Amino acid sequence: MSPAIELRGVTKRFLTPSGGVYTALRELNMIVEPGEFCSVVGPTGCGKSTTLALISGLEPPSEGEVDVLGKRVDGIADGIGYVFQSDAVFPWKTVLENVAAGPRYRGASSGDARTRARDWIARVGLAGFEDRYPYQLSGGMRKRVALAQSLINGPRILLMDEPFSALDVQTRSLMENELLGLWSASSASVVFVTHDLEEAISLSDRVYVITAGPGTVKSNYKVDLPRPRNVAEIRFQPHFAEIYEEIWEDLRDEVLVSYERQKRGAA
Amino acid sequence: MNVRSAARLSLAVRAPSEQAARPVVDIVARRRRDARQRELQVLGLRLLVAVVILGGWELGARTGVIDKFFWSQPSDIVTKLWTWVTQGTDLGPLWDQVLTTFEETVGGFIVGSILGVIFGVVLGRNVLLADVLGPYIKGANAIPRVVVGALFAISLGLDIRSKVATAAVLVFFVVFFNAFQGVREVDRNLIANARILGADNRRLTTEIIIPSALSWIVASLHTSFGLALVGAVVGELFGATAGVGELIYAAKNNFDAAGVFAGMALLAAMALVAEALITALENRLIRWRPPVATETRI
Repeated sequence: MSPAIELRGVTKRFLTPSGGVYTALRELNMIVEPGEFCSVVGPTGCGKSTTLALISGLEPPSEGEVDVLGKRVDGIADGIGYVFQSDAVFPWKTVLENVAAGPRYRGASSGDARTRARDWIARVGLAGFEDRYPYQLSGGMRKRVALAQSLINGPRILLMDEPFSALDVQTRSLMENELLGLWSASSASVVFVTHDLEEAISLSDRVYVITAGPGTVKSNYKVDLPRPRNVAEIRFQPHFAEIYEEIWEDLRDEVLVSYERQKRGAA
Repeated sequence: MNVRSAARLSLAVRAPSEQAARPVVDIVARRRRDARQRELQVLGLRLLVAVVILGGWELGARTGVIDKFFWSQPSDIVTKLWTWVTQGTDLGPLWDQVLTTFEETVGGFIVGSILGVIFGVVLGRNVLLADVLGPYIKGANAIPRVVVGALFAISLGLDIRSKVATAAVLVFFVVFFNAFQGVREVDRNLIANARILGADNRRLTTEIIIPSALSWIVASLHTSFGLALVGAVVGELFGATAGVGELIYAAKNNFDAAGVFAGMALLAAMALVAEALITALENRLIRWRPPVATETRI
């Protein structure tokens, strides 16, 4: 079976406003198997988000190849869900309209889209909030809307860009558990970008460590903790600590490099 | 434990909750009372400002400090307005004049806004077109646009069309620049999200870009209604047979300062009514925005 996502020798450069060239990713190779939950960790500014933009087709690679579901990525592909780091729910749409947007854009009738949206709103625990506008919801609730908005399209690939980084710790572990529940009921492959190693390990089957920018894969680790998991408790398992220590050895050096660079940049 | 100590105990237990409940009620009541008092105070002071200004004007005119001939006086203006209401103006019933100007203003406002939004969205979406047309639009915006009223008076005649056209030109640029800016400032994340969810270009425009630009556009409507009124009145000054602007023009020719002021008062009243209507429209169009604290608005 071909992998769900494959990046081969991918380099991404951006033009900076001052006319220079900024290399975000360099010679990056990554494989995500079908149904795999995969996390990407790395220091700030290492190109984690860029990786997702390449997989989704929002950005083309400068060099190298990106294959998704066995096809070369050329523009936005079908079967992709994307949960953005910042709030990307539409502020002028109610919760119901937000969740129903995907099916409607894909040609479903208004009534059908609404029925399915109601179902998904209930599944992410927002029943009764259908007619609220995003500004009337808490940060955690808006994330639930964003999740439902992505999952209603039945994505085979789910890309998540630090989706829970703005939430408080309790809401966060609650949302992580719900995400695992929703994911296990689907057959989607997930690429989950985070700067939080604990979050990465407790959610994932595999963790990729990206080097300080320009980012490339430093190493990848299989996380063989049993499922179903409870993210609030799994961190107390001795095996979790072993995996954490192993990956942290790798990650720490990159974080230090990135930190030193920032310090120098600021000085 | 005897009966008395038990009673004391229950009293001691009950007391804190009562203490806690009372101040909350007090605070709410006091807040409400304070708010009402402030409202009355503001209203009273507003009246005072009006009395001081109008009273001073009246007094000045009666004592001869202010020249009545050039600056009129409030009592004359009120009398003038009353005459217009009861006996009609030289141009016919007052209501017809107000309605004429209102029609011209609203017509220009609607035409200018719609064209402004269309051009703003199209140019905001199309970078090449914006770069090509940009200098021309900026140049056209730089000339004092009320002078086109003269042109329209020649080409479109003295009826309503020339005034609508003048008002529309004034409105167009304000709405256009706001719509253009609004389209340019749309959150990139929202566009990316909509595209991932499957929106095509048409959906992107109607469901993301226009709603997002709408708060900019609606904000510009407040200013542009005032400009539409300017356009209509200037259009009437360039030549008309009816309207409040024409009333003012006729009063000016008769050295009737009270008539000019009475016309101004009518225009102010019209602008205030329109302002209330636009605020209502704004609240309907952008229900999704968190309510703004009313005290900070003026």
